[in-house]
Amino acid sequence: MGDHHHGPAKGLSRWLFTTNHKDIGTMYLWFSFSMFILGGAFAMIIRAELFQPGLQLVEPGFFNQMTTLHGLIMVFGAIMPSFVGLANWLIPMMIGAPDMALPRMNNWSFWILPPTFLLLASTLFMEGGAPAAGWTFYAPLSTTYAGPSVTYFIFCIHVLGLSSIMGSINIIATVMNMRAPGMTYMKMPLFVWTWLITAFLLVAVMPVLAGAVTMMLMDVHFNTSFFSAAGGGDPVLFQHVFWFFGHPEVYIIILPAFGVVSQIIPAFSRKPLFGYDSMVYATASIAFLSFIVWAHHMYTVGMPVAGELFFMYATMLIAVPTGVKVFNWISTMWRGALSFETPMLFSIGFLILFTIGGFTGLMLSIAPADFQYHDSYFVVAHFHYVMVAGAVFSMTAAIYFWLPKWCGRMYNETMGKTHFWISFIGFNLTFFPQHFVGLAGMPRRIPDYALQFADFNMMSSIGAFIYGASQILFLYNVIATIRSGDIVTDEKVWDGAEGLEWTLPTPAPYHTFETPPAVK
Amino acid sequence: MGSKAKWLCKLALGPVLLLMSVVAMAVGGEASEYNMPQGVTAVGQQVYDLHMIILGICVVIGVLVFGVMFYSIIYHRKSRGVTPATFHESTKVEIAWTVVPFFILIIMAIPATTTLLEIYDTDNAELDVVVTAYQWKWKYEYLNEEGENVSFFSNLATPQAEIHNSEAKGEHYLLEVDEPLVLPVDTKVRFLVTANDVLHSWWVPMLAVKRDAIPGFINESWTKATEIGVYRGQCAELCGRSHGFMPIVVNVVSKEDYAQWFTAKQAEAAETKGLMAKTFTLDQTMERGEIVYDSNCQVCHGANGEGGVGNAIAGSAVATGDIGHHLDIGIDGVSGTAMQAFGAQLNDVDMAAVITYQRNAFGNNMGDIIQPIDVYNHKKD
Repeated sequence: MGDHHHGPAKGLSRWLFTTNHKDIGTMYLWFSFSMFILGGAFAMIIRAELFQPGLQLVEPGFFNQMTTLHGLIMVFGAIMPSFVGLANWLIPMMIGAPDMALPRMNNWSFWILPPTFLLLASTLFMEGGAPAAGWTFYAPLSTTYAGPSVTYFIFCIHVLGLSSIMGSINIIATVMNMRAPGMTYMKMPLFVWTWLITAFLLVAVMPVLAGAVTMMLMDVHFNTSFFSAAGGGDPVLFQHVFWFFGHPEVYIIILPAFGVVSQIIPAFSRKPLFGYDSMVYATASIAFLSFIVWAHHMYTVGMPVAGELFFMYATMLIAVPTGVKVFNWISTMWRGALSFETPMLFSIGFLILFTIGGFTGLMLSIAPADFQYHDSYFVVAHFHYVMVAGAVFSMTAAIYFWLPKWCGRMYNETMGKTHFWISFIGFNLTFFPQHFVGLAGMPRRIPDYALQFADFNMMSSIGAFIYGASQILFLYNVIATIRSGDIVTDEKVWDGAEGLEWTLPTPAPYHTFETPPAVK
Repeated sequence: MGSKAKWLCKLALGPVLLLMSVVAMAVGGEASEYNMPQGVTAVGQQVYDLHMIILGICVVIGVLVFGVMFYSIIYHRKSRGVTPATFHESTKVEIAWTVVPFFILIIMAIPATTTLLEIYDTDNAELDVVVTAYQWKWKYEYLNEEGENVSFFSNLATPQAEIHNSEAKGEHYLLEVDEPLVLPVDTKVRFLVTANDVLHSWWVPMLAVKRDAIPGFINESWTKATEIGVYRGQCAELCGRSHGFMPIVVNVVSKEDYAQWFTAKQAEAAETKGLMAKTFTLDQTMERGEIVYDSNCQVCHGANGEGGVGNAIAGSAVATGDIGHHLDIGIDGVSGTAMQAFGAQLNDVDMAAVITYQRNAFGNNMGDIIQPIDVYNHKKD
């Protein structure tokens, strides 16, 4: 009863031993933000070197370490854990559950991450340097030709996989077993749906990645030849295995982002989400298709023409469910009563820029044209439109949207909007010109380039510095909100927001829904 | 509703036309700085057309979709005092925007399929060239039925001083090689692409060819350039530290010029064979050795043997020590480092010259002369 209420423990042990979904969610979010800053710092080094032609700041080997670590840290350290943090905070509150189903495992899946990334970052100081074969680490550059740090890298990937699988099992168990009475599957908020599907994707593909790096480990240390033709293996096998993980992986990143904007756009349109059912089916279709399109990353490896055609057609099909989603979001806005607070601005930014990324994705799916696009800056532009303007923008929107609920304080709206506009301009200045240099023939992952690419690269670098700097404003705004933002006490922080989390007191108490709510 | 739809069409059409004309202007020249080049092959033109059609379709869809969105943003805002509608589903609309894109995709898939099939048709080639990628250079080998085989390496020709900003950069900075691939115009050339070490990818945008070079496997591709000219490209697949420094230059010449060039190359090959048995003086060897050093060694070991990625050669224990050990390193490389096995990349004349050069240049002054026959015998042992 009342005298049995327990709040958080005091001091460091609160964070080390916590099993509370909100504490763990908070740790995930702060951790992923720190990784976002680290990966961002690497990106700044890359853009500074590419500011003008010639080698100025770093030598080519170190440049390759930067592109590799930037990719690995952004994908595995920043974006994925940030959405797991969001899931931790929100899923129990959205489905009317008191906590996650497996709270101790939840603690583990977070706490193995920081040491892993510390280990990965420490390879920078090893002899031979950090891994430098790209975040896609194609063999044999990543095996026979790699420095000693590759073994540490393989260990890191194994542990990250463990963390992701534990996190996903937890989400699946929570969603399947802990929904409040009356919360049927087709009543779940779309964020919960997208995460449920994402969790299944993760459980399916992280072991495949583990398989790929285990084969690498064998090739490096035990004289096997999985990826070496000289011993009867095949370097292309690595790419097939990697992309069988890698393509679902990009949907693992983007599906929760879809979930986030599907919560935010209706709230600021003051109108229910258009086509809820079709959104669920579209998400499931995208997840299914993600398993049968992997080789579109490998159009130039010399596949038989039949394989090439199959993967081209299957990839083009993804445009259909993705289109449905975009149309639904716009229909949600249509004849609503729109207002443009920071979360909505970031969601609209997401909608526009993700759609552009979708268009270039469709262009890339056309195999003959991909022979020109492949491994050029066009691809770099494409995936930053979906990864940054897609995943990162929606994540930013989510923080502005739910932060007042979490801490009972309102962020500074002017600063938020300023953050949006600087991000939006900086982002486009960085990545839009990369379409042009890519089409004109600039390959990716090069530390120096021919003179005709100079102007666009300088633009790109200036944009990157602007986008990078805008994140400091974001950090300041978040800290200022938590420490001294205006107090909000309304349960519904936003007048148009719908869902169980908005029925809870603001700020959300340490324990919520100890008795399940009734869902009509 | 009717007038609204018309208004939307007008709203949408303007930007489409504007964008198309901007794109069309940008594409005027052949190697655009903004867009994919049209290329000098029939396939390149087809790929370019495909690219532009799909870009056009995307722009039209984008303008329509964003047009609706911005209409909503402008007219359906709360600050105008609107009351939100409550509709939230329509099966008919959902079916429509599932089926219509599907048909648009089919329209895109048809030309894409025909072009792809053509790209894969490597039959009836008049000339075969084996392209072998090395860290970080290309080797071209002409497969001809009679006479000497013509085979050579193509290295980056941009001086290190330009890369490190101590000299002004030339017009073709990073896109110039010591010896380009020479191809006859209007001839179907088949490329057999492979690699010696890690993955690479042979990409020349103007020929619309990109094929991965995979160690242990041979990939096929082809081109038929219709215009004489020099076409430049780069390695497209990350292949280690100097990935950005292994350009491709293809010199497409008339059939007569090609025949002349090829005969000269064959004569040169025959001459090199003859040189194998010759004995050289120190000066002759040093002269040749310097050229070989500059295109193969100086990237890592420095223009003055001062070292860099590789060890210093000036005063090094290897270059001033046992000749046999020095030859071993040159021929077999040092495993686990960036020092490659040059035994298969340099012929015995060049190997003898460069080892001699390393032992006598940069103040090493060992006075040794290594002859081609020494290299030959050393390899045999």
